[in-house]
Amino acid sequence: MDTTVTTGTAKESVWGGGNQPLGASYGKMMMWFFIVSDALTFSGFLASYGFSRFKFIETWPIADEVFTHVPFFHGNYPMIYVAFMTFILIMSSVTMVLAVDAGHKMKQNAVIWYMFLTIIGGAIFLGSQAWEWATFIKGDYGAVETNGGRILQFVNAETGERAALADFAKILPSERAHHERKNGVWFYEEGYKPSFSLDEVREGFLANPNILIRTEAIVQEGEREGHKTLLTREQSLEKIKDAKLVVEGANLIRNEYGSRLFADFFFFITGFHGFHVFSGVVINVIIFFNVILGTYERRGHYEMVEKVGLYWHFVDLVWVFVFTFFYLV
Amino acid sequence: MSVTAHAHVDDHAHDDHAHHHKQTFVTKYIFSQDHKMISRQFLITGLIMGVVGIAMSILFRMQLAWPGESFGVFEALLGKWAPEGVMDADVYLALVTIHGTLMVFFVLTQGLSGTFSNLLIPLQIGARDMASGFLNMVSYWLFFISSVIMVCSLFVEAGPAAAGWTIYPPLSALPMAQPGSGMGMTLWLVSMAIFIASSLLGSLNYIVTVLNLRTKGMSMTRLPLTIWAFFVTAIIGVVSFPVLLSAALLLIMDRSFGTSFFLSDIFIQGEVLHYQGGSPVLYEHLFWFLGHPEVYIVILPAMGIVSEVMAVNARKPIFGYRAMIASILAIAFLSTIVWGHHMFVSGMNPFLGSVFTFTTLLIAIPSAVKAFNWITTLWKGNLQMNPAMLFSIGMVSTFITGGLTGIILGDSTLDINVHDTYFVIAHFHLVMGISALYGMFAGIYHWFPKMFEGKMMNKNLGYVHFWVTAIGSYGVFFPMHFVGMAGVPRRYYENTAFPMFDELTDIQVLMTVFAIITALVQLVFAFNFVRSIFYGKVGPKNPWKANSLEWTTPQEHIHGNWPGAIPEVHRWAYDYSKVDENGEYVIAGQDFIPQTVPLQEGEEELQH
Repeated sequence: MDTTVTTGTAKESVWGGGNQPLGASYGKMMMWFFIVSDALTFSGFLASYGFSRFKFIETWPIADEVFTHVPFFHGNYPMIYVAFMTFILIMSSVTMVLAVDAGHKMKQNAVIWYMFLTIIGGAIFLGSQAWEWATFIKGDYGAVETNGGRILQFVNAETGERAALADFAKILPSERAHHERKNGVWFYEEGYKPSFSLDEVREGFLANPNILIRTEAIVQEGEREGHKTLLTREQSLEKIKDAKLVVEGANLIRNEYGSRLFADFFFFITGFHGFHVFSGVVINVIIFFNVILGTYERRGHYEMVEKVGLYWHFVDLVWVFVFTFFYLV
Repeated sequence: MSVTAHAHVDDHAHDDHAHHHKQTFVTKYIFSQDHKMISRQFLITGLIMGVVGIAMSILFRMQLAWPGESFGVFEALLGKWAPEGVMDADVYLALVTIHGTLMVFFVLTQGLSGTFSNLLIPLQIGARDMASGFLNMVSYWLFFISSVIMVCSLFVEAGPAAAGWTIYPPLSALPMAQPGSGMGMTLWLVSMAIFIASSLLGSLNYIVTVLNLRTKGMSMTRLPLTIWAFFVTAIIGVVSFPVLLSAALLLIMDRSFGTSFFLSDIFIQGEVLHYQGGSPVLYEHLFWFLGHPEVYIVILPAMGIVSEVMAVNARKPIFGYRAMIASILAIAFLSTIVWGHHMFVSGMNPFLGSVFTFTTLLIAIPSAVKAFNWITTLWKGNLQMNPAMLFSIGMVSTFITGGLTGIILGDSTLDINVHDTYFVIAHFHLVMGISALYGMFAGIYHWFPKMFEGKMMNKNLGYVHFWVTAIGSYGVFFPMHFVGMAGVPRRYYENTAFPMFDELTDIQVLMTVFAIITALVQLVFAFNFVRSIFYGKVGPKNPWKANSLEWTTPQEHIHGNWPGAIPEVHRWAYDYSKVDENGEYVIAGQDFIPQTVPLQEGEEELQH
């Protein structure tokens, strides 16, 4: 498919003009330089993430304790699902390579099948990403925020496991007027409301002597090095007085996992990457139909497949970095 | 690519039925994919933005010279922002911000690069057009949209963005911070995001065109230095603008969606905001990772234009051709590792400051190589003092003057004393503002005949334009150094509250008077420019007797540039006044040898 470099006489140099010195068409080179540019945008984000995380290195949430869910299974499976997502995305890169290779050999049917598999892989990844976000937003254990904006989580002293708010919060009788439109009164929409009020959490905490508080700070030395600091019951009783509001799950302002920037960067960078995957899938679908219609067969080469392949591999490569920096380290 | 012979000068294209490639008014003048038309579109849009930007600078210079005085022109132009003709402090900040934005991005980035890269890359490398005419068109129209949005932002109720052209948070991030932080700031960010897309598409096109579409024989070391400059400028753009995009997107998240990337612990009117943990210094890092290369995006095309114009008009080969290329590459590389010198007083680690001082001072080396090469090119040349040449020499002068103060500002220990004073303003206006404008003017005077089908600009008006501009701009920016050394801070609406600055008021008046004169003489240029488009005298095909390929094309613009085959290139672009062993010109009676002329018998190719 490549137009071969016109070497002409042996005297002419590759860079002498009148040819394609890198042996690549302008379109393919544009894609490469676009990728350089886009890579620098992602580098800007990842460098910002590193900068911010380093600033709060002693309190940053521990990824193994955040991403522990797998659909349809209960229990603690840190990183299993994201490993699956990553595997799917990398496999879609493999099928993309096979599509490009089939294109080189002008095998239309093989290109169609491999493109199809690539699209399916991208769609599975996007769906998994949506599920991952939904789980992250919903949260699992719940926490309280202090006046200073720090997050306090709860641990069951007997088992050493995290304690969910529902495990110990005491339901207090309270009166809540529930208005409806037909009642003809002026009211505001309720908006976000946690499952338990601060008083309910506090009362439940005081009534359950086996519940301890875990702070954001990571123990820097000793036996529990690398774990979050666990307060004693006395310290916990003192600390709960600082509590200001109940936090469940995550949004762009606060989250139950710890530092606010943790969720901010998680949403922003995985979101920006997800947007790239989404665009990639859309472009792949367009190319897929072009292949079915025989556009490239008539054109005599499948370079278009190769160009979108470059983009697709780039998006996968970015995910490897995002995955490494958000989940692994 | 088909070649049609359009043989018309100024008749309307829709009367043009003779050709099988029928062009309507829309495809010829509006949605054109021809690089020459796109270049004109960039130039005219850039010049209009320049008029707005310069007019703004006159307004705030008047406020600085005569603080708090009432002027009819303020009332007429600023309306409610100048109650009873006295400029409001908020609009002062807005004017400073938009002046910076317009001049740096819209005039000197796309107005300069967009115009001359588009015009010259295909013509000087011997290509029919840009690699992708369609993306080139999209690039211009995105630029146009971003210009329109930026101009629209001047008319929103609370005023345009007013956080300085660097839009540091929290001023830019909190809509309630100042009047310009609301809708004005939002429009600024939207406009710049579109601008970045335009710049990216343009740059991609320039790079691949230079790599792939050079004609036979046009090796990289036979390229005119203009092309090298545009090529490297485009690479810097591809590397640095996306990081500005990162900063802008994070800022938009902070502004509109409550994230805390750049914000922490902020109280407004006694109320604590929820932002926690972010850092405005992070924004400064991201911004200046673009911001510093940006000044080279501005100055490198001017340098390339000056190198070419100077060699042509000195009738001498450019001195140190390969050193010029090497210094362009060195400047481009160094430009990406010096951004910290804008942040010496931001609270950045002082050790890091010393590293940035080191890398910054390294830039003096390639810059000096270029300055000395230009001077040496002039040395014993047969100088043709036309307006383009005068502006080129002027550019070398302002570049050296401004560059010397750069050595002071690049050194953290010295910089701290003059940081954020008018010393900085004087420095960067001379070294990148005025220098790049001179480069742009040199380019316009030199390539006007190429751009407008053989018509020449009036030389005498050009002389008036140059001399008044040269004296006037030194008149503005030379005294500004002393004002800055005396400690007058930049971006202040008035300094009347500081008795120590009272004695500087006369200098402020002097600078403002020079600024007004200099701005007025640009009207001479505008008149000359517009008049020459319609009534300019048609000159010879190769008016400056230059070697490069663009002068081998016909004066009338035709799609595809050359009516027949693309010429082959046999030599570099700088065989001026070349003599054989007898001391005679290689081509008798002609002191230049176009690139298309094969090596003559017994002639040796210069080991440039």
